[in-house]
Amino acid sequence: MSRVTIAAQPVDTNTLRKALQQPGCGGFCVFEGWVRETNEGREVSGLDYEAYNELAIGEGERIIDEAVQRFGIADARCAHRVGSLAVGDTAVWIGVVSPHRDEAFRACRYIIDQVKQRLPIWKKEHYLVGESSWVACAHAPADEHDHAHQG
Amino acid sequence: MTSVTVEYYAQLREQAGQGRETITSDADSLAALYGELRQRHGFRLDIAQLKVAVNAQFRDWQQAFADGDLIVFIPPVAGG
Repeated sequence: MSRVTIAAQPVDTNTLRKALQQPGCGGFCVFEGWVRETNEGREVSGLDYEAYNELAIGEGERIIDEAVQRFGIADARCAHRVGSLAVGDTAVWIGVVSPHRDEAFRACRYIIDQVKQRLPIWKKEHYLVGESSWVACAHAPADEHDHAHQG
Repeated sequence: MTSVTVEYYAQLREQAGQGRETITSDADSLAALYGELRQRHGFRLDIAQLKVAVNAQFRDWQQAFADGDLIVFIPPVAGG
């Protein structure tokens, strides 16, 4: 089963959490990204995500492989929404399990940062005032400027 | 001539007015192919702002492509 899900409907995060539970793991770290009501000073009414699913899943699997290698975590899952989302909706969910908490925290941070930079997912924001626009985040990991919509 | 399918996402999809097309081209690289399609569809994104994938794998712009390939130009991403 793929550890990465691109979901057109809200994700049952309890199922994802249960899939990660294992007796050797004492640490579970989760990051949820929610749609925020403002971005760069503009009031947001909602947004549309679209993804190139096949590449997004492949790249997401590579990111999780890297996190396992780097931090020695036991397992991880990533789910990302596509479609129309409203303020407060969960856009992305990352869960990581490991024997101890430190590597779980660090791997969770690594995965969300890489997901934002590397997954072929696009976001069109709708504003209370003015024309909708595609949000451009960075391709390059070196770009530290944070256009992040949440988190 | 090589026949390939090109898929468009985000602003490229809007500017092309379609999500997918099958085309024939004698371009000798992915970069040259984007140049042709940019002219045809009026894409505003420069090649420096894009990445390119062939059959769901990232590729270098200078690589060639083959009959039946699925080519996707990747605009700046904004997941999360």
